[in-house]
Amino acid sequence: MVPNLTNYLFLSEIMQAKAGQFFSSGHTNNWAVLVCTSRFWFNYRHVANTLSVYRSVKRLGIPDSHIVLMLADDMACNHRNPKPATVFSHKNMELNVYGDDVEVDYRGYEVTVENFLRVLTGRLPPSTPRSKRLLSDDHSNILIYLTGTHTQMECGYNELLFIIDTCQGASMYERFYSPNLMALASSQVGEDSLSHQPDLAIGVHLMDRYTFYLLEFLEDIHPASTANMNDLFKVCPKSQCVSTPGHRTDLFLRDSGNVLITDFFGSVRKVEITMETINLTAPMVHLAVERPVSELKTESQSYVDQLPVAEIIHQKPKQRDWHPPDGFILGLWTLILLVFFKTYGAKHLKHIF
Amino acid sequence: PCHLQDPASISHLVMCYLAGVAWFMGLAFEPFTLRTYMSENAMGSTMVEERFPAGERALATGREFAAHKKKVGGMPVDWLVKTMQSRGLEVFTQSFTRKLPFPDENKERYMVRGTNVYGILRAPRAPRTEALVLSAPCSEGNNNNQAVGLLLGLAQYFRSQIHWAKDIIFLVNEHDLIGMQAWLEGYHHTNTTGGDWSPLQGRGGSIQAALSLELSSDVITSLDLVLEGLNGQLPNLDLANLFYAFCQKIGVLCTIQGKLQRNDWDTTSGYSHAAQTMMLMVLKQASGRPWGDHGLFLRYHIEAASIRGINSFRQYKTDTTTIGRLLEGMYRKLNNLLERLHQSYFFYLMPSLSRFVSIGYYMPAFGLLAVILLLRALDLWVQLGASPPGTEDGVAGGVQVSYGPSSPGVLSILTPVVISHMTGVALYTLPILSQEMAVQHFPVSETEAVVLTAIAIYTAGLALPHNTHRLLQGEGTEEGWRVLKLVALLYLAVLLGCTALINFSLGFILALSLVPIAAFITPHTPKALSAAIMVLLSPGCTLLYCVFVFQELQETPVSLQDGWMLFLSVISQGILDHALYGSLVYPLLALLIYPCWLLLWNILFWK
Repeated sequence: MVPNLTNYLFLSEIMQAKAGQFFSSGHTNNWAVLVCTSRFWFNYRHVANTLSVYRSVKRLGIPDSHIVLMLADDMACNHRNPKPATVFSHKNMELNVYGDDVEVDYRGYEVTVENFLRVLTGRLPPSTPRSKRLLSDDHSNILIYLTGTHTQMECGYNELLFIIDTCQGASMYERFYSPNLMALASSQVGEDSLSHQPDLAIGVHLMDRYTFYLLEFLEDIHPASTANMNDLFKVCPKSQCVSTPGHRTDLFLRDSGNVLITDFFGSVRKVEITMETINLTAPMVHLAVERPVSELKTESQSYVDQLPVAEIIHQKPKQRDWHPPDGFILGLWTLILLVFFKTYGAKHLKHIF
Repeated sequence: PCHLQDPASISHLVMCYLAGVAWFMGLAFEPFTLRTYMSENAMGSTMVEERFPAGERALATGREFAAHKKKVGGMPVDWLVKTMQSRGLEVFTQSFTRKLPFPDENKERYMVRGTNVYGILRAPRAPRTEALVLSAPCSEGNNNNQAVGLLLGLAQYFRSQIHWAKDIIFLVNEHDLIGMQAWLEGYHHTNTTGGDWSPLQGRGGSIQAALSLELSSDVITSLDLVLEGLNGQLPNLDLANLFYAFCQKIGVLCTIQGKLQRNDWDTTSGYSHAAQTMMLMVLKQASGRPWGDHGLFLRYHIEAASIRGINSFRQYKTDTTTIGRLLEGMYRKLNNLLERLHQSYFFYLMPSLSRFVSIGYYMPAFGLLAVILLLRALDLWVQLGASPPGTEDGVAGGVQVSYGPSSPGVLSILTPVVISHMTGVALYTLPILSQEMAVQHFPVSETEAVVLTAIAIYTAGLALPHNTHRLLQGEGTEEGWRVLKLVALLYLAVLLGCTALINFSLGFILALSLVPIAAFITPHTPKALSAAIMVLLSPGCTLLYCVFVFQELQETPVSLQDGWMLFLSVISQGILDHALYGSLVYPLLALLIYPCWLLLWNILFWK
């Protein structure tokens, strides 16, 4: 995206100040990475979650070329779908979020932890098409929405908003260390995220609670809206969500009250039309706090050992079966041997060995 | 040498036995049981909208079926084929014949010839890899007409839905279990029981689950769930949970073993009700026969249950549309399955439909009984090791067990073993083989001949010990009977253990009667009393008691005369089940348990 910087003419200092204010948010483009990691028909609601967020984000202005949509299973064409080629997010089938203009970039078995991390870090094979890449730069605001099961990230970005709608979502953002990152999760560690919209005709739950209330909130947002992140944090309190949503802003440099929702959810182009010429005399000073961009690289190296990514990815499932303790088996064999030798006598040992 | 039984150890063994029985009875006490819950994620909750509308039409179809059945005098094959085809199913038939080893007096059949008719509803968009089965039996008289009607009504309704991911096979089988066996063998290309049937022309993929419907009235008051299958095998508990969940949602009264659930577990009558339900399940499982048409599916790892509609004297009646909705809901949920039901338990006991006891909780009851045998065996081993052999061998000292290098020793042990097993083989084969000869010489029917021959051979075994000792040269020794008893104890322990693993109820009931006699019988106990106890606790008498107890629990107590006739018919049914479906109870009792009991009888009369 070509910054619109050069299109502006300033009349006076006021205009210069206005111009300064204009660039107070340091981002010029928006990206969204929407991931649904769960498969199978009974996880219909996770795909519906992701597609609903996809619809909202498109409505608020982010184009398909800037959205990486990863869906792990195809609900619309599942044999069990009574309305094929549709995915509904509201019961009574009011809203088909699948539609005919959805662009899924990663589908089915391509949605893996490895691919997700590769998308975020940009380490993709050279043959990967543009639609599957996250081509963000230093001035991009990125929205990452995760639903389904657990996964876990660094790439070029300006600011990052992480939304996690899974069970124990807070456990994910507790591990973040990258700067300028804000995270929201639908549940704390030890809590489960609950589903919301049962639909009897389709026979599955259509949405999760957190995303349902999140989307209700987003319906009121339009591209010129001035709602900020503090309002987003208030979405779905415990009384509605049953789980306790949490958020983390300590890594974020700006105050969350100053961050507009549309900074992440929309691709808002600030256009101010003026008929006068403005002379830019001094270089524009970003009112935002300086980001330690160069430090990013060295910091990430020092953190490499702290986050055992390989272990997290390859975590073995907990052992569920109970086996008798080894001592017990050893004791049993000792008992058998004792009885044997008592009966036969030690002098028979030489016959055995 | 002193081998008086240590009084302390006797009390230990008695305590063990009582503990085992108490543990078993305690299983029915509600705080010791768990509430049932759905383990399979894919089936989720009962969140489905059932819209089956055509209960009345189903009843009309049932009446048509009844009329055609009466006209043809059997299964109206052509009418069924035509009706299923008009509903859009792919229809196929299978004919089968079967000659029973002897006439079945309960069902009055000997040469069975029949036809199964089945229609396959293909899944609209899915590949034909998986299938579900709904079956209704074609019975004589006025039975199960409504079941076939409802089956056809559901077939028509299901045909108009597009959300089926598995093929649904609607099967109407003739001659209940014999027809079902022929169909299943044809479907899976096996022939284990020697029947003669035509191969199936159409198939539907691997069957994931099956339900068998028995409905003989237009309205019902409750639905009974039957789980026990062949050889005591049970379907996955999730199937029972699914049924219960839908019964709750739709509001139909559901029972298991014909008994309704009660809420007052803390009263004596409440506890005894739960205990009765559990005992009924134990007895049915121990019999090893399939208690519904579903019983034969389990062998192929297909989870199946029978649903029986019962019309009794209650005010609130449920109509056919509601039953149709319940079945529709169950099938929609089964449709969501991605793999076979395997998340929940395969081995359990149910004191009521919403409570269950899993294998981990009921096995210790059997373990406590088995441990008595092992303790006794250990005791004998130590005794044999401690007392010097000193007699035949003349070898001094040493801690050696004389597993008899001396011939009379070995022979005196091996002989009873061989003779007992040969008697067992005779008990297994002779009744059927000699039925013609028996019919010629005695005024009895073939069935009676078979059963009475079996009882005769069983009783003749009692005379063996007195006769085999006449054949043997040397006298039996003190040590001889100890070794024989050790062998018998270990043999019995292994046998009962293996039986309990496969069919806990059968193993437990046999253990209840055999463990006391195995533990305490020696040649030195008072002969007359011990002989009487042994006969009273022999496998045959155990079966007799079980028949009486079963009738009591079913609330239809029988007199001694009727009980005896029932006992005879149970024996004949057992032999038939083995010949027709491969039930293992009769071979187990005849070839393994009875010889074991004979060994103990031999020990009692050891000289």
